[in-house]
Amino acid sequence: MLKINDLHVSYGGIRAIRGVSLEIPDKKIVTLIGANGAGKSTTLRTVAGLVKPDSGSIELDGEELTGKSPNEIIERGIALVPEGRRVFSNLTVLENIKIGGYLRKDSLDSDIKKMYDLFPILKERNWQQAGTLSGGEQQMLAVARALMSKPKIIMMDEPSLGLAPLIVRDIFDIIKEINNQGVTVLLIEQNANMALKIADKAYVMETGKITMTGTGAELLADEDIRKAYLGKSAK
Amino acid sequence: MNAFLQNCLNGISIGSIYALIAIGYTMVYGILRLINFAHGDIFMMAGYFMIIAMTDLLIPWQISIVIVILATILLGVLTEKLAYKPLRSAPRMSIMISAIGVSYFLQNFATYLFSALPKSYPSIAVLDRKITIGTISTSLVTFITPILTIVLVVALVALISKTKVGMAMRAVSKDFETAQLMGVKINNVISITFVIGCALAAVGSILYFTPRPQVYPLSGSLPGLKCFVAAVFGGIGSIPGALVGGFLIGLCETFIKAGIFSEFSDAFTFVILIVVLLFRPTGLFGEKEREKV
Repeated sequence: MLKINDLHVSYGGIRAIRGVSLEIPDKKIVTLIGANGAGKSTTLRTVAGLVKPDSGSIELDGEELTGKSPNEIIERGIALVPEGRRVFSNLTVLENIKIGGYLRKDSLDSDIKKMYDLFPILKERNWQQAGTLSGGEQQMLAVARALMSKPKIIMMDEPSLGLAPLIVRDIFDIIKEINNQGVTVLLIEQNANMALKIADKAYVMETGKITMTGTGAELLADEDIRKAYLGKSAK
Repeated sequence: MNAFLQNCLNGISIGSIYALIAIGYTMVYGILRLINFAHGDIFMMAGYFMIIAMTDLLIPWQISIVIVILATILLGVLTEKLAYKPLRSAPRMSIMISAIGVSYFLQNFATYLFSALPKSYPSIAVLDRKITIGTISTSLVTFITPILTIVLVVALVALISKTKVGMAMRAVSKDFETAQLMGVKINNVISITFVIGCALAAVGSILYFTPRPQVYPLSGSLPGLKCFVAAVFGGIGSIPGALVGGFLIGLCETFIKAGIFSEFSDAFTFVILIVVLLFRPTGLFGEKEREKV
């Protein structure tokens, strides 16, 4: 279980997160929805060790992670798929997959094969520079890259951003598949509708604070949420 | 014809030295987006290290070469830790100004330590030996310089394209933050970059000063700037670019010197810089920097 307790983070002098607490139970899909600038990305970036919090704590199975560096966070089993995919466009597809397992000492071969089974398209693109892939393929590569560190928890920042609706569905199928294999998923999405449908647990974030929590289904049914995030008026 | 061949050999030789130093500029730029203006002065310090080792301490040349390379690496890594690392998250201009500061510091520090009077560079008998190929005769160092350069560049390219650390370097050069997310320790990668750049500068310094009589505190200034131009010419960030840029600048310079515009040769290098920046700012092999959304 990943526990975030009363986290405060400033970003360029602005208090981006003001007292966020989250509980992410093992092997569940947890989603964090909210408008742009609510502090969702900052929350994930703080967990990943890219940003240092002002106060609060981040604990994984009771171990304090607050203030640890990104490589220490990965070693403890938390991987981040960053917003905008950020694949290394100058590396080949295979190299991108390999660098995901950068800190591992054991052989990567069987896991590389696993990634190719999960994402057959990447196998076809094996030797291509990642910059030549389509947006959807890059997103799959970014996910495969994160999985190569064998994470217990995978955090995804807007995986469906800028993708065609059909591809978005593929991405969500993959998220469910990853979760079925026993990986906890912490998901940020603009596409609140789809995110809530697959989420076991959901948080709503507004201007740096959690304003609502519940199961995915509960929030989907909530009138205010429907108005604010799902673009559907009350009938 | 004879003079032409002689000039070709000289041009290629000095060009390879420029290439070795230009690689240091280009690699550091590739990783840190920093033009390390102190690089030429580190090259100059390498010249003094050789004088200390061979002239003052009477260490044989074989061991002196190793000492010079190690000392230069140490100086480069130390510079990075003290003058650049603390500015990692500062605006890019600050770190650039810091580099200019280091450059002047090293020049004046060398003046303080060794005085402004030129010191004679020790001669390495093996390298100074005259050899004759066909109709052209030259010292051995002029002849082996391009060969050694090619070998080092091939090794470097293999390191960068085939090894895990090379992969990490490429990843860091593309995207600092995402490389961190993979667990790459940025500071190690940066240190390795400085180690490689300084080792090549040290080798370049030995090859450069051996056929020249002396070293003085400003010895690194003009060659440093020329190599920077070579790196820009080839496309800063690109190692093949630095190699080609170095060769071209070396050849142009040698032919201009041999011709009637002898005094114009250094000015010419900077004409190249301006022309490249005007018409092809990314250089011969540079990639277009796309703005990240």
